[in-house]
Amino acid sequence: MQRVAAIALNTFREAVRDRVLYNLIVFALLLMGTAILFGQISIGVERLIVVNLGLTAVTFFGLAIAIFIGIGLVYKEMDQRTLYVLLAKPVRRAEFILGKFCGLGLTLLVNTALMAVGFFLALWYVQRRISLPDPSLLAALYFIFLALLLATALALFFSCFSSPVLSAAFTFGLFIGGSLADDLRELGRMVEMPWVKMAGDAVYYAVPNFRNFNVIAGVAQGHPVPAALLWQNTAYAALYIGLVLAASALIFQNRNLK
Amino acid sequence: MIPARRWLPMVMLVGLVGGYALVGVQRQVDLTLAAQAPEGQLLYLSSPEWIKRLAMGYDGLLACLYWTRAVQHYGRQHLGTVRQYPLLYSLLDITTTLDPELKIAYRFGAIFLSEPPPHGAGRADQAIALLEKGIRHNPDYWYFWYDLGFLYYRSLKDFPRAAAAFAEGAKNPQAGPWMKVMAARIAAEGGDRRWAMFLWNELYKSTDNPYIRKNARDHIYGLQADFDIEFLEGLLARYQRATGQPAASFEPLVAAGLLRGLPLDPAGFPYRLGADGRVRLDPQSPITASTRGREP
Amino acid sequence: MPAIAITDLTKDYPRGFWRKRLHRALDHLTLTVEAGEVFGLLGPNGAGKTTTLKLLMRLIYPTAGTAQLLGRPFTDVDVHRRLGYLPEAPYFYQYLTAREFLDYCGQLFGQAKPDRRRRVGELLEQVGLVEAADVALRFFSRGMLQRVGLAQALINDPELIFLDEPMLGLDPVGRREVRDLILRLRAAGKTVCFSTHVLPDAESLCDRVAILNRGRLHGLGALDEILKIKVKASEVLVGQPSPALAETLRTLADGVRVAGDKLTATVADEKLYAVLDCIRAQGGRLLAVNPVRASLEDYFYEEFGTEKVPELTGGV
Repeated sequence: MQRVAAIALNTFREAVRDRVLYNLIVFALLLMGTAILFGQISIGVERLIVVNLGLTAVTFFGLAIAIFIGIGLVYKEMDQRTLYVLLAKPVRRAEFILGKFCGLGLTLLVNTALMAVGFFLALWYVQRRISLPDPSLLAALYFIFLALLLATALALFFSCFSSPVLSAAFTFGLFIGGSLADDLRELGRMVEMPWVKMAGDAVYYAVPNFRNFNVIAGVAQGHPVPAALLWQNTAYAALYIGLVLAASALIFQNRNLK
Repeated sequence: MIPARRWLPMVMLVGLVGGYALVGVQRQVDLTLAAQAPEGQLLYLSSPEWIKRLAMGYDGLLACLYWTRAVQHYGRQHLGTVRQYPLLYSLLDITTTLDPELKIAYRFGAIFLSEPPPHGAGRADQAIALLEKGIRHNPDYWYFWYDLGFLYYRSLKDFPRAAAAFAEGAKNPQAGPWMKVMAARIAAEGGDRRWAMFLWNELYKSTDNPYIRKNARDHIYGLQADFDIEFLEGLLARYQRATGQPAASFEPLVAAGLLRGLPLDPAGFPYRLGADGRVRLDPQSPITASTRGREP
Repeated sequence: MPAIAITDLTKDYPRGFWRKRLHRALDHLTLTVEAGEVFGLLGPNGAGKTTTLKLLMRLIYPTAGTAQLLGRPFTDVDVHRRLGYLPEAPYFYQYLTAREFLDYCGQLFGQAKPDRRRRVGELLEQVGLVEAADVALRFFSRGMLQRVGLAQALINDPELIFLDEPMLGLDPVGRREVRDLILRLRAAGKTVCFSTHVLPDAESLCDRVAILNRGRLHGLGALDEILKIKVKASEVLVGQPSPALAETLRTLADGVRVAGDKLTATVADEKLYAVLDCIRAQGGRLLAVNPVRASLEDYFYEEFGTEKVPELTGGV
């Protein structure tokens, strides 16, 4: 376990020293500022705009970080052969995968927290008062974090056998596909052939269903997040991430390093 | 390295168990989300012009997305309990602003904006507005004139306007020859149900969209049922005049050679003869669009 | 118990578009290395030296064969606690400093913080990187990186150390330091197995060597045995020779070179003592008598002769 923690912290340190991270956070914060501007334009819906735009920004910038760093997690170490030195130590390959994932997860946690702070600052500004963070907003942020962890696991998975460009494409593709999973199933239902319906259902359940984690629209309108959804999304994320990491560990275990 | 014979059974086991658990949780999530109040009944970007500006050239792609949303909105509301379609016009308006040549969007709106609830929004005015927009952007697409004429005919019962629309569409050399016929006859014979049957048939043939076709088929069956019921009641009257007795069922009519067999509705269910002598549809029959076949 | 016991180790690489052709990088290698030895893996490029080391470290997996390290099967990850490994032309995390990197390595062995700090300090001193300890690795030169590599290979005080081309990229001073390090390790009872192209280093350091070519083992044993040492001839160095002596030597010796007031004569074995008598009789100053040995380079030429001869650094 100490080895996993060591790898995780090292990954975190690498991410923090990677300047891409800072650029993205700056961009995100800029976007918060823009949200305030938008809000000024349409009177009465400032909160709506800030919440929608702000949370969407957190999602997409977090996704960018998860992908940018995730795709290189394993590939870079294999390509640059820093892995040689690492695996010569008594480190199991599965521990390496787990450590990498935790490291990036930690990075995302810090990053999401930073952006959340920016988000709440923007919100308090347009509300013209400081209030305790609405629990539904916190729940929305928690769900976004779960979604980012899932994206990270996917990027890590692809990084085990694919080049960075392909990994990025696959991960982003799965994110889009997962967000549209619902629509895909609907399309399947519209066609009258039974096997198309079954295929649609199969795709729906197989693909990582990112829409589960998106409660932004409801939260912006002030609707509470159903309590059941909290544990359901956590369970879904834990299951899916677990499966993906296990697959990554297996693939990595059997890989001959170049 | 873990050899294949060792990891394969493990992977299959984990895959099955994990997959099963995953599907289970996903179903729970679906239930939770579905039970929520329909919070999505608001478009914060409802101005089509703004959306077009923000599309940055990806108009076609966004149009497809909004078209999918429109159909989804209809489908979801139709399956739900509330059966209202508050966003349908906005979504179709945005779709057609982004891609003015997406003809299916106009046709979909022509039907489902004008159909009375629960099958549509019941807003013939919105349907007309959408069609007129479609005609502006696609002047050579004569089907829109057909849709407009049909719209005036069935929803507003405005036969003169319907005829005018058919006449306009008939000017297009590619229009079906029956358009001229409709233009000529509909003004006078609009009440004749056979024209409605013909128009629904034409609509059914003219599109692939499964929602539109299903809706047309429902109407066709309903009209057919109406015809059948009229015919059957006529036969019953003849029988009564001939025998001086009202028939208690259809059997005697069959015996008398008036019917070849027990009559079935277009969906395959038998017609029922009520105690009051009226013919009705079987309660289990799925036909809904019949005006005469159900209990008043 | 041998430190390393390799049996029939084989590695095939699929090649070609359909990955049907197999390139055999290592062919049924069998050898043992005793504890406390300094063992050399020699051979031209593509011989399979690095492949062997990577197989032993489980960076790649064998097609066939097995090995034991320090008495444990090489599949046991825990045996890595007692191993040290320096890969060829190593590359380390660019964003870490030397100290942070070594500390990280220590963490991976489960060393406690105070132990780590102490050990890292010792190693930095040992490899001469104390001034650069807090500089990011991306600024390190080749030679400095090699030294960091050596430090990380020793951080756990291993019993068995693998070094892949440890002299690569080092200047003569650096090479000397590495050689001294290896000798110190042997004195401490460690087993060292290293691969190299630098033949004189192998000659001076190794107790035994294995010579590989194209994945096959061509020779195994003490260098002297392999090279079938016969002192074929000797080089006799004479100072201030008289012309008469030079003339005599020219007839007796196989070759004579004069540089300044020094004369070098290559003398066949049988004639050596006759030549020495001459020198004594004619009053030349005998400076040195050196046996001329066949070198590894000769061996390579002979054995792998007509094949494309790789760049062997003859070591100057």
